[in-house]
Amino acid sequence: MKQTETKDHAGLAEDFIKDEERVNWHDGALWYIREKRDIASKQIPEWEALREAASQIKNNVISNLHDYLLQFEANLTKNGVKVHWANNADEHNAIVYSILKAKGITEMVKSKSMLTEECHLNEYLEERGIGVINSDLGEYIQQLDNEPPSHIVLPCIHKRKEEIGELFHEHLGTEKGLSDPTLLTRVARKHLRNVFLTRRGALTGVNFAVAETGEYVVCTNEGNADMGAHLSEVQIASMGLEKIIPQKKHLSVFLRLLARSATGQPITIYSSHYKKPREGQEMHLILVDAGRTRQLGRTDFRNSLKCIKCGGCMNTCPVYRKSGGLSYHNTISGPIGAILAPNLDMKKHADLPYASTLCGSCSNVCPVKINIHEQLYKWRQVIVKEGYAANTKALGMKAMAWTLASPEKFSTAGKAGRWFLHNIPFVVNNKFNPWYKQREMPEGPKESFAEWYAKNEK
Amino acid sequence: MFVTGYIMTVGLFIPCYVNQFYPDAAKATLQLLQKLGVEVVYPAKQTCCGQPMANSGFAHLTSDCDALFIQNFAEFDYIVAPSASCVLHVKDHLHSAENEGKAEGIRGKIYELVEFLTDVLKIEKLDAVFPHKVGIHHSCHGLRGLYLSQMTELNAAPFSKPQQLLNMVSGLEQVSLDRPDECCGFGGTFCVAEEAVSVKMGKDRVTDHSKNGAEYITSSDLSCLMHLEGILHRNKSKVKVVHIAEILNATV
Ligand code: SF4
Repeated sequence: MKQTETKDHAGLAEDFIKDEERVNWHDGALWYIREKRDIASKQIPEWEALREAASQIKNNVISNLHDYLLQFEANLTKNGVKVHWANNADEHNAIVYSILKAKGITEMVKSKSMLTEECHLNEYLEERGIGVINSDLGEYIQQLDNEPPSHIVLPCIHKRKEEIGELFHEHLGTEKGLSDPTLLTRVARKHLRNVFLTRRGALTGVNFAVAETGEYVVCTNEGNADMGAHLSEVQIASMGLEKIIPQKKHLSVFLRLLARSATGQPITIYSSHYKKPREGQEMHLILVDAGRTRQLGRTDFRNSLKCIKCGGCMNTCPVYRKSGGLSYHNTISGPIGAILAPNLDMKKHADLPYASTLCGSCSNVCPVKINIHEQLYKWRQVIVKEGYAANTKALGMKAMAWTLASPEKFSTAGKAGRWFLHNIPFVVNNKFNPWYKQREMPEGPKESFAEWYAKNEK
Repeated sequence: MFVTGYIMTVGLFIPCYVNQFYPDAAKATLQLLQKLGVEVVYPAKQTCCGQPMANSGFAHLTSDCDALFIQNFAEFDYIVAPSASCVLHVKDHLHSAENEGKAEGIRGKIYELVEFLTDVLKIEKLDAVFPHKVGIHHSCHGLRGLYLSQMTELNAAPFSKPQQLLNMVSGLEQVSLDRPDECCGFGGTFCVAEEAVSVKMGKDRVTDHSKNGAEYITSSDLSCLMHLEGILHRNKSKVKVVHIAEILNATV
């Protein structure tokens, strides 16, 4: 993995922004998708009602998770699927390894699954002599570059086509300088076809798991999940506990929302339902907790588990668009990543809830109506209380609270000049005033409004 | 308000940085309300709503600030401020252990200037003249917090209270933008803590206005405008910022 862990979001974003031309097209490409989402959502008169329905269904799911999971497990078992429960990433990885090992499989094809990224499954298996190929084109590219995905739906959105051409030249032997997306895709397809035909083990993620029937649905645009699964002897699905929906009919709500929110398509090209193994095939499903039940226990943050991973909040987020997904140094980036990550490691991710202006656009595109920006605000309060805000910052804020609580002190501070701008930079403990780096200060007027009012209006 | 013969008294809340840096916007707010027949009082002992602390994660330190706010403003019929962001903070977060009733009262009667004009005074005309091309910057707290306009994210009928008021100003031409409600990147302490992203966001907003021909960028939030003005000045742009109160109060 490329090392990006030492800097915080602000530092990593600053690096990303140095290449302004890249930022401009990154921002433009994602804004284009947000606009496509707007058009698609506005073609459906009942759009807001659909969002409300999805939100309510998911509220019901997270309030009754225990029962739905048991129902799902019972139905899977009845259908002939073997069910495994994993408490954390290690347990999950060990289960996958033991399934493959029992069958003597040394190479596996994987379709898109953010959960296995979260668990660092590829590294785990590779250390144990099992090769993994990501078959989603974007993830395949990221894997060639040994870099995690920067976006949950568009894993290599931060890469120029020329950079992808260079990677293909290096790893797949294409002609130097080839950067035509269609030609590059053809090359990737040829390589992946061979992978599909030779791999005996296939792993997919899960978009929706239907408790009522024990089936699960995987949504892709490339059909790669199906190619892998249909040709495999052993099919494994890894899912987070929260992916449950109660009934099959609820898919009609979620499938309509997912692709429109993600890319502005009416539906993903493939919405594949998997229910029981073929003759001679083994099917396994791993239910993974990895922090989800802890989040469920946090009243203010539990409804982050409603997320259907459409990526809409990332596309609309101006901070995400200007700073790139990798600056969030977490598998799930963007606004939703910033409310999920502190649950996993509060100290490491204390910066993420601050990587937002709290503009609220995310909460209003979210197809399941997660109050993302309010949760960002609430995480800030938790992070400060748990002592993860830098001490100097905390002291600065105390001084500020003290000043603001007393009118006498406030007016002295005011007369001393540019109270606001002098104090805020101090609060974040910067040596130089970061306001002034690329911005002028407001011109200080001769008298404040309070002074003018005292003279003229009383 | 004139029907009963009772003249309402409005407590004028001028946020800390407006008082310090943009007294003209505060004066315009005061004069505009007075012109419309409202009795306005500016309590001298006011400081700040506490938002800078709360948004940084220090909401637990704002109780003294809240108490002072209640002391200053509890008695008025309405409280009006030329800042959507501060108003939203008070509406969402003002509380008091001793005086929750008063805090609740304030949360219900505090208005941002634009919504006070359109929803409480319900004005239909203004004697304002501003012969310029103007782009509206919707502050996020005004847009998505106070619903001053319809946001583009939703599939819902469009409306815009600031636009409704600017339509009453003679000579004013509103420019349309490529991204009508994108955040400017100010974000309170975000503007310094995430300086690079903040400035890039601001630069892109400014470009949208200037390339669409705006001479002025206006908003109901001076915090956004202060940030955008800082960028405009640094880049020696001819585009100016002006608080919406100053336009609505402009006569020549
Ligand atoms: S939080 Fe909402 S908008 Fe963001 S990825 Fe999840 S479902 Fe989509």
